[in-house]
Amino acid sequence: MAEEFSIHLKVWRQEGPDQPGKLVDYTLNNVNEHMSFLEMLDVLNEQIVAEGKEDPVEFDYDCREGICGSCNLVINGRAHGPKAMTCTCQLHMRNYSDGDTIVVEPFRAKAFPVIKDLVVDRSAFDRIVEVGGYVSIKTGSAPDANSIPIDKSVADTAFDYATCIGCGACVAACPNSSASLFTGAKLAHLNRLPQGEPERKKRTIAMVEQMEEEGFGDCSNYAECEAVCPKGISISAIAEMRRNYMKAALAGEEV
Amino acid sequence: MASLLKALKSQVGRKILTGITGIGLIIFIITHLLGNLQLFGDAQAFNEYTYALESLGWILYVLEAGLVFAFLLHAYLGISIWWKRRKARPEGYSKYQSKGGPSHQTWASKSMIVTGIVLLVFLVFHLDTFKFGATETIMLNGHEARDLKALVINTFLNPLYAFGYTAVMILLGFHLGHGFWSAFTSLSMKHNQYSALIYTVGIIFAVLMAVGFLFIPLYIYFTGGQGALLV
Repeated sequence: MAEEFSIHLKVWRQEGPDQPGKLVDYTLNNVNEHMSFLEMLDVLNEQIVAEGKEDPVEFDYDCREGICGSCNLVINGRAHGPKAMTCTCQLHMRNYSDGDTIVVEPFRAKAFPVIKDLVVDRSAFDRIVEVGGYVSIKTGSAPDANSIPIDKSVADTAFDYATCIGCGACVAACPNSSASLFTGAKLAHLNRLPQGEPERKKRTIAMVEQMEEEGFGDCSNYAECEAVCPKGISISAIAEMRRNYMKAALAGEEV
Repeated sequence: MASLLKALKSQVGRKILTGITGIGLIIFIITHLLGNLQLFGDAQAFNEYTYALESLGWILYVLEAGLVFAFLLHAYLGISIWWKRRKARPEGYSKYQSKGGPSHQTWASKSMIVTGIVLLVFLVFHLDTFKFGATETIMLNGHEARDLKALVINTFLNPLYAFGYTAVMILLGFHLGHGFWSAFTSLSMKHNQYSALIYTVGIIFAVLMAVGFLFIPLYIYFTGGQGALLV
């Protein structure tokens, strides 16, 4: 039997988008070391519902296996908590000990407005993808397999960038709230593949401009985004985005 | 042309301009330090050097205009990026810490705005003290020249200047500690293979520059302007 222990939580509670929020204190006495962080919040909500005094804490999740990008949370000041290359859902309570105080806040950025409590609206990312995060392909009959030869190293690097799950931790951790790593990863994924080549210039300009329009800040090369990225995506993506953007602009590409 | 101008005003363009002007300023401070080291050459080597610079005529004005432009643009971009970050996150975290690992969030990177503004204010005093400072006129190889070497030595005999300059040069070192690497990264030279190397070279460069510049006022002060290297 795993030992149960107590933790103190300071959780951000906010009724709605335009309402003031505050940190509320809770204590949980039955935390199990095998619980994920989200399961611990489930237990907190059961306790809140049982007491019947207030609404349960709203938080985002879906797959709970680290691949969907739904869970977020800034835990003790770090997006997705203390462990590298880990989503909040894959963070386990064994990383904490009896009596710890944990501050839980939503991802904060103007472009990620709070909907309720710990849930933020990340549709700004969807709009960045909408303006260029796609390739044009022939629809209808399925294309022949392997009809476009792609070097293994190119395919592997494209896949590394494609592992971005769009969780938004890069924005949450960036001192400037920049979305450069997200946008850079999407661009680095599509721009290096032959299927993405026809729209490369147009895509790069459109996505960079949409990123700015959404209200994300400038990149100052802190590389904090790479440190918190649950997929460990390198800021080389940002350098590549800049290179492709300037090339497209010099080639006179308009959007 | 219109699209290029628009591109330079974008987030990517602003960062690239910050990097280009930053590298321009890096080249400038390297030549500035090499010039300063003439103080330790022959007795009149420094005055010969400054005389030669001032004799460049219009070329010097063009270089100075470029330098002023680079300084002002670099400062404007840095301040505007810092200003925008406040708008991009209206409500801050009650607790925030770096995750470490590949993060370059250091004292140097977090204080770029502070060290940058100190350097900008310092520059005004620095130009007033030396470039526009009153000097004796001496005869050098048959022509009149400013005795800047005497002005430098006299200035740094004052502890306020000697230690004030030293403090500012330490801040310059911090600014370069993040700035060198950041400039090359902004110019898209970031590549996993070279990134660590560029970062390390940047730190070494920052230390070399800071130590090179602050050695001069401290040496003059502690030798009372009579040091063996100065004569």
